[in-house]
Parts: sequence; structure tokens; C-alpha cells
Amino acid sequence: MAFDWQPLALVPAISLLALPLFDSASTWLTLTVAGLAMGMIVFIIASGLTLVFGLMDVLNFGHGVFIAIGAFVATSVLGAMGDWTGSTYLALNLVAVFLAMLAAMAAASAVGVVFERLLVRPVYGQHLKQILITMGGMIIGEEVIKIIWGPQQIPLPLPEGLRGAWLLGEAAVEKYRVLAMLLGILMYASLVWTLNRTKIGLLIRAGVDNREMVESLGYPIRRLFVAVFVAGSALAGLGGVMWGLYQQNVVPQMGAQVNVLIFIVIIIGGLGSASGALIGALLVGLMANYTGFLAPKIALFSNIGLMVAILLWRPRGVYPVTNR
Amino acid sequence: MNEALLTLTGVHTHIGAYHILHGVDLAVPRGRLTMLLGRNGAGKSTALRTIMGLWRASSGRVEFAGRDITVLATPDIARLDIAYVPETMGIFGDLTVEENMLLAARGARRARDLDGKRLAWIFSLFPAVEKFWNYPAGKLSGGQKQMLAVARAIVEPRQLLIIDEPSKGLAPVIVDSMITAFAELKAAGVTILLVEQNIQFAQRLGDHVAVMEDGRIVHAGGMAEFAADAALQRSLLGLAL
Repeated sequence: MAFDWQPLALVPAISLLALPLFDSASTWLTLTVAGLAMGMIVFIIASGLTLVFGLMDVLNFGHGVFIAIGAFVATSVLGAMGDWTGSTYLALNLVAVFLAMLAAMAAASAVGVVFERLLVRPVYGQHLKQILITMGGMIIGEEVIKIIWGPQQIPLPLPEGLRGAWLLGEAAVEKYRVLAMLLGILMYASLVWTLNRTKIGLLIRAGVDNREMVESLGYPIRRLFVAVFVAGSALAGLGGVMWGLYQQNVVPQMGAQVNVLIFIVIIIGGLGSASGALIGALLVGLMANYTGFLAPKIALFSNIGLMVAILLWRPRGVYPVTNR
Repeated sequence: MNEALLTLTGVHTHIGAYHILHGVDLAVPRGRLTMLLGRNGAGKSTALRTIMGLWRASSGRVEFAGRDITVLATPDIARLDIAYVPETMGIFGDLTVEENMLLAARGARRARDLDGKRLAWIFSLFPAVEKFWNYPAGKLSGGQKQMLAVARAIVEPRQLLIIDEPSKGLAPVIVDSMITAFAELKAAGVTILLVEQNIQFAQRLGDHVAVMEDGRIVHAGGMAEFAADAALQRSLLGLAL
């Protein structure tokens, strides 16, 4: 089957179409790298959510809580490793960030297990209740975060070696954004490899298509769903660390703030599609950065406009995989 | 009469407010092919789904190889070596033919783990499966999908095959290949329970027949006797073989 390249071509097309709108190519390049980096982080957060919806038809509006938990855990871990993050040795910085990511993923996974068992499982197949109860779960999560870390904004500075930018001509390309892009590519490659080259990936893709048949072949879909839900929570936790470092501060409400973006991303991508989520995230990242620079007043609405335009073109998203 | 591999005793099934099965009694003899016939809406597909646990029996008992499976979950029932092909075929359209087959082989992690000898036998029964091995299953024709659905069901040895209307909407030439394939499976000693509306198909393959009407079994016996009794066929199915 021929690969559907048109959605993929949207990313360079929008980047190139935006070029004449800027006074200098260096500004455009800086914003493009920032947009792609932001897109990659949003993709990491959204990939788990889209699989959860595709596989089990669950609308988890509480996904943001895993982002916030990941980010706050990172503040504690990186705060405790001040010597390493303040070191001028890049390797020590990276090890500290890596350990913070591992801790964030572990914490988000643990919360994911509880969240699925207590809140999601009783409302399978009931969309309205899913929306209400998962939003309620996120509010509770935010309050728990306030109890543990306090209600105030906490700074999450970049480790010493990740601060600053490389100059490409007159364009400044921030080091951390390059790292975020590389990590995003690595996560996407791992996800695609898992989905296409492993039996568990095969089961997830089949489950997105026809849950009942997967069960009829002898595979307990609920167990698979819990695994995907927990993996999705861990990815959101990882994304939370990256988002926190991207913003260089964290607030308990950050999950709710990012939630809007990730739902736009998975709707653009086609619910249930990992590749669609990547395209959606990159488009959202670019749009947010371009409009934030060119017309800050419309930046907030630009991604909703983008989603509407994409849905007028492809009503089920760019790479739809479910009939729902 | 052979020993029954599968028995349903007084099975009632409700779907929401609707009472679909009204005390189904059915015995599927081991190593034979049993045809489940009946008009549209008689409850045949519901009976199969109830056996598989996809719809829960509200009362009654389903036994497989002497074990009560009435309340088992669908994956646990399938793991007793029961393969099920639904009326919709249940093909995973986004997966390739190879991936569909691999998924059905619970013991295999990769395509090379599939039993080569058995695969060659399946290819001889259904050449389209081999021909379109690397194609997305969603791109196959209706007949090819049906072949894949049956091939997938037999990719590993199973004690019981449950198949819902395998000839539905198929060209006569493909129906003939299906009949050949089922005849070979029968000869290999596989127990088969087939729901069918195609009477010629049923007559050519069935050892036993059970006829459903309004959610009940109204006739059960040998296919040869049923085929020879035109009056009985007319009264139960509204036509004769």
C-alpha cells in the first residue's frame, strides 16, 4: 500500500509558507527549531493518550495530571542533584536529567495504575462519565501536588551544560531544544518499532481496529489496555519533565494547560494513530511559535483554527485508524 | 452418536431488554461437522457469540470437553483451543495478511515461528493467503478476506472451529474452495460448528444438523435424514434442499 505522504508534507509546507512572513531567515529558523522541539515534547505526551483512546475508546481528560506529576518529581530529583546539574560536565548534567526522567516515569506509571483502576475502569464505554470522572481525577491530582510541593510556581532551571544556544549564522538554536528534538525522534522511533515489530505492538494495533476479535483470539484486552495506559502515563511523565525544562518552571495547573494542546494534537492526528499524533504535534508546535511571534493576540486560537482546517480537509484526522 | 465436545443446555441470552435465546439445547459431536441452520433472526449468531462469551448467557450451561465455560471470559474460552470466525470475519484491515496470521498463532512471536508444514497445508487450501501474504488485509476482496479468516482460525491446531456464515456473499467458485477446505478439515478430525444460510453448502458438508427458530433448537439430527425429508425442511426453513 502506498504511503500517504500528504499529511507528512504539511510540516515542511507550513514551515516554508511561513518563511516570507519573517523579516529574517534567522528568526524563522529559531522559531522553526523551537516549534519542532515543542512539537516533539507534545508528541511524547500525546502518544500514550491517543493509543488509550484508540484501544479502549477511553477519553482520559485527566492525562494532564501525569504531566504535572512528572514535572514536579523532576524538580525534586534535579533539586537534590544540584551538584550534578550545576557541573560544567555535560555528561553529569545528562545523567541527572536522565535519572529525573526515570523517576518521573516511575511516579507517573504508579499514579497511572491507581487512576486506571479507581477512575477509568468503572466507566468503560461511557464517554460522558469518563470526561467528568477523569477531569475530577485531574483536579484531585493537582490538589495532591499542592499538598506535597506547595501551590506556588517552582523553578526548573536547565542544567548548566544545556543552557545557551548554538549560533547558525545569525540564528540561535537553543541546546535544550535540539536535545528535545532528538529525544522526541528517539521516542517516536521506539514507538513505531514497538508497534510494528513486536507482538505486543501487533496486539495494540489489532486492538485499536477490533477489540472483540483480539479477545476471541485468546488475548485479554483489559490487561493489554492497563499496560498501554500505564505506558502512556509514563510517557506523559517523561513529557512533563521535558515540558517543565522547556518552560523552566512548573505549576500544579500545568497539566490542565497542556491538556488542551494534546487533545488538539490527537484529534488532528486521527484518534488512535501514533504517526498522526506526531504530525499533529509538530504542526501545533510550529503554529504556536509562529503565531506567538507574528500575532501574539491570536496565538491562543491559532491551533484551534489549525484543527478546524485539518478536519475540513480530513474529517477523521490525518491518519485515522479507528472507526470511532 | 459421537461423544459431544460442546453442549449447550437450556441457554438463555438477553441483549439489553431483548430476550434472544430461549433455552437452547445443542450438542456438537467431537470430530464431526455440525450445521446450525435457521431463518434470519432465529438466534444462530447469538448462540455462537454466547458460546464464545461475547454475550453472557443469562441462564443455562455451556460445556466444552466436560468443563463448564458459561462464565469464562472470551480469551479464556479461546485458550481452550476454540477458534471463532464471526459473520463480519474480524479481519484486522490495517495489518498485513502475515500479521493477521501471526496474531492468531498464540505460540509464535515472529512469522518464522509459525509451523512451516502447517502453513504449507493452509496455503494449499487457500492459495490467496500465500499470494497476498505481505498485503494489508483490508485491501483483500470479500472472498479473500473470508479465506484469511478461516486460515487464521486454523493457523494452529484447534479442538473446535466455530464459523458464522462462511459462504455469505461469496462467488460460487470461492464457495467451492471453502467446501473443499472444510472437507479437508473434517477429514483431519477437526470438530466444526458452522452457521449457514446456503443450503447447498450445508448439505454437502454437514454430518449433523440443528435448526433454530425464535431462539430455540427446533430440530436436531443427521444431515442425511434432514436432506431426505423435504417436508421437514419446508416446515422448518420454508424451502427444501
